Amino acid sequence: MAETITLTIGRYRPEQEAEPTLQEYEVPYRKDWCILDALNYVKDEVDGSLSFRWSCRMGVCGSCGMMVNGQPTLTCAAFLSSYAPGPIKVEPLQYFPIIRDLVVDITEFMDKLKKVKPWLVRGEEKPLSEGEYLQTPEELDSYKHHSMCINCLLCYAACPVIGLEPGFTGPAAIALAQRYNLDSRDEGSAERLAAVSGDEGMWQCTFVGECTEVCPKGVDPAGAIQQYKLTGATHWLKSVLLPWGSK
Amino acid sequence: MSDRVHYTLYHPKWYRKPVSVWWWLERWPYTKFVLRELTCVPVGFFALVLLWQTWALLEGEVAYQRFLTRMESPAFIALNVFFLGGILFHALTWFHLAPKAMAVRIAGRRVPDGLIVFSNYVGWIAISAIVVWIWMSR
Repeated sequence: MAETITLTIGRYRPEQEAEPTLQEYEVPYRKDWCILDALNYVKDEVDGSLSFRWSCRMGVCGSCGMMVNGQPTLTCAAFLSSYAPGPIKVEPLQYFPIIRDLVVDITEFMDKLKKVKPWLVRGEEKPLSEGEYLQTPEELDSYKHHSMCINCLLCYAACPVIGLEPGFTGPAAIALAQRYNLDSRDEGSAERLAAVSGDEGMWQCTFVGECTEVCPKGVDPAGAIQQYKLTGATHWLKSVLLPWGSK
Repeated sequence: MSDRVHYTLYHPKWYRKPVSVWWWLERWPYTKFVLRELTCVPVGFFALVLLWQTWALLEGEVAYQRFLTRMESPAFIALNVFFLGGILFHALTWFHLAPKAMAVRIAGRRVPDGLIVFSNYVGWIAISAIVVWIWMSR
């Protein structure tokens, strides 16, 4: 018989149980399989009732983030061989409300994201006839790494502040706000500062730094938040020292 | 826990796992973070000692001598050594976090993280050398 590996998967069927439980599945151990392949094997061959999100299988869509042995992980980018001989514990992203099995509700995140205006804000749009808003490679370089975010929410599952204060705007949203602030084409930093410096904004961050550690795209949300704090503090200091100069 | 979260139209029932009060013991990076935060106690301790020393100095020679005798007691020496460890942990962890908060750009290029950490060490060694020099040349 071929070699197998055990997956211990978090199950939650709201119509059946009040709290999540764990269920074990034996799957073939193949070196070229990632955890998502193993989950798809369970879904197709063993238990069709298992629910989880996935789409691209190549670390771009950000749908398949789960807790693997307690660590926020993109399951399409984590090979079974890294966890051999197992068992491998797969649970839904922590701190999020669980809808079913490995599927979490991200509505709160979508609301937070909208608040920070993650798009180019212009005081006045120039007419199309004047062409594009040009940008030099250096200007692109200043924000590019923050723009690689795929909204996989691993950073939220790594952030204990999110667990303790679910209202906290959180790493990805603040990093995206910073991404647009640093964009030479954008003029919305004052509006964003108002949204991000509130009670549930960047000052809730205690700089645990795990958001950056788990990020599969090198976005560095922890760095973005600390730099944003510096901007906010400088802005505040200027408004105190030069009240006539600040808006 | 906030009760702002709401049941949404298509997700009428869900489960949110409560966070344990021991969350900071569940993963080493969290524990390290809490230890780093707790090292503010040694920082505060040394600030209080400095205030006490200044006060003793202003009170005159007798008070200052009493201060020195207290500091020489084994209990205070042990406390100082323990808190010195804490303050070193505090300083070193913050040195290594500094590049995250400081995105320094020179001539359009971002200064490498290692160089910012290194410059913190250089600053620390330089200031320590000045303190040692003042102390030696009394």
